[in-house]
Amino acid sequence: MAYEHNQVCFHTLGSDESWTLATYEKDDGYQSWRKVLAGELSPEQIIEEVKASGLRGRGGAGFPTGLKWSFMPRDAEGQKYLVCNSDESEPGTCHDRDLLRYNPHALVEGMAIAAYAMGATVAYNYIRGEFLDEPVPRFEAAVKEAYEAGLLGNDIQGSGIDFDLYTFVGAGAYICGEETALLESLEGKQGRPRFKPPFPANFGLYGKPTTINNTQSLASVPTILRKGAAWFAALGPEGSGGTAIFAVSGHVEKPGNYELPMGIPFKDLLNDICGGVLGGKKLKAVIPGGSSCKVLPAEVIMDCTMDFNSLQQAGSSFGTGAVIVMDEDTCMVKVLRRIARFYMAESCGQCTPCREGTGWLYRMLTRIVEGKGEEADLEKLVDVANKIEGHTICALGDAAAWPVQSFLKHYIHEFEYMVRNNGRSIVDDPSRAAA
Amino acid sequence: MSYELSAHVRDEIDHWRARFPADRQRSAVISALHAVQHENKGFITAEHMNAVAEYLDLPTIQVYEVGTFYSMFQTREVGRNEVAICTNISCMLRGAEDIVEHVEARLGVKLGESTDDGRIFLKMEEECIAACCGAPAMMVNHKYHENLSTQQVDEILDGLE
Repeated sequence: MAYEHNQVCFHTLGSDESWTLATYEKDDGYQSWRKVLAGELSPEQIIEEVKASGLRGRGGAGFPTGLKWSFMPRDAEGQKYLVCNSDESEPGTCHDRDLLRYNPHALVEGMAIAAYAMGATVAYNYIRGEFLDEPVPRFEAAVKEAYEAGLLGNDIQGSGIDFDLYTFVGAGAYICGEETALLESLEGKQGRPRFKPPFPANFGLYGKPTTINNTQSLASVPTILRKGAAWFAALGPEGSGGTAIFAVSGHVEKPGNYELPMGIPFKDLLNDICGGVLGGKKLKAVIPGGSSCKVLPAEVIMDCTMDFNSLQQAGSSFGTGAVIVMDEDTCMVKVLRRIARFYMAESCGQCTPCREGTGWLYRMLTRIVEGKGEEADLEKLVDVANKIEGHTICALGDAAAWPVQSFLKHYIHEFEYMVRNNGRSIVDDPSRAAA
Repeated sequence: MSYELSAHVRDEIDHWRARFPADRQRSAVISALHAVQHENKGFITAEHMNAVAEYLDLPTIQVYEVGTFYSMFQTREVGRNEVAICTNISCMLRGAEDIVEHVEARLGVKLGESTDDGRIFLKMEEECIAACCGAPAMMVNHKYHENLSTQQVDEILDGLE
């Protein structure tokens, strides 16, 4: 089946200098914002339209974007803020980097519209520090072009609407993708998640009402308003409106960022879009939405469609749309150990279960890989993961626990094999080599 | 030993500070440290952080907290060219461990160490650098290089001054 690519966030891709204002405007860019400036779209209309579109946050949690916007005390006195989360760092995820590099104006326009809908006159785009060579300058150039074209600033085109947009650059910390840690970082502190409530919509940046949205979520908004909520919703199945950018990595012939309709069958994504498993090997497993999501065995994911409901029913989640593909020769113990090391390194340290537990997980897995593991370690791994899950301020603890639980659930035989064979991986079993 | 911020760094800090409300200069600490570290060829010291604290009129501890929390800041002396090979899951699946092994052997240093001549700092990169579809990937002085082979890595490293 043929699928239409790049219908929303990546629409300018393929044009010369896809990142410029001229290209974006030729592609109907800023039409939605101009309607706002002309007084043709009220904040209520915008929020209702985004709600009706079925857009759900693309940063991992999948919270309905329009509903989130409706939580803002829009008419309250005082400064309110919009913050965009471009701290893209969920392992496997790399589409916001391309969005910033190749279609930054979609984000600028989406942020302007979102801020207006929520009564915010100032917005920050928090971009991860590692992006400072290319994505940051591209986004900054787009902001500058938009100011020079009279699309941002004070009393924009005589509309009475004020909107200022600033870039912020981080300095390397996965935890800052958690929205309240991001706010702490934006305030110039260590990125440590805040206890909620209060939620950012009431007490956010500098204690003011704030909404934080993901890059891709915001960049989807101009097209939703231009083409209509019904059009967007109909692109995907029930509960998963629109397109998503799938970042497909690992063992596939053609890795890449592909913007496709939500609900595309996994097998079409793998075979038709990505050219199948690398080297014609057999598929073993897939992490469907970034390293924090539960792993799914080949036979399960081959029957899934790529949307919120299907992946949840299969026992995982849509996450960030980062699809990590693993072939038959992948050692699941070693992969899990690498994932565990990441969460240990990135734990901010303020909650004991996460700070201590992530270290235990990594050390136990290292012991197993080094041939010093015991059968009892396997139960202990799950026990430690269970003690972290649900017992921390933020979701990093859960994100560290879920891979452990799911890898041991589906691939316990690989862990047992390694423990019984002094650290040899099941993929190196002599009988496999002979076959 | 005290350190004085250069005019360029002060300009840079002022440029960022103007993006935040007047009494929220603390928000400029991260950009200030980026600017100082860049000028100091890749690392910051307590003296640098003290100077930033003084310039922004903040307690020094607030700057130390930031300088020691974020992985892009190096608080000990390192080589002048930063090489950060991504070894996270997508890169691992596409051979990042072989790249690391090759580079360690070629440079004669382990991850986290710098070469004796101070030319290269081989960073221990814990994060995923978000170049998963171009795995294996690395950053050299913040510039991304993707779909790496050991031969390409050699060429890139040889080109560093």
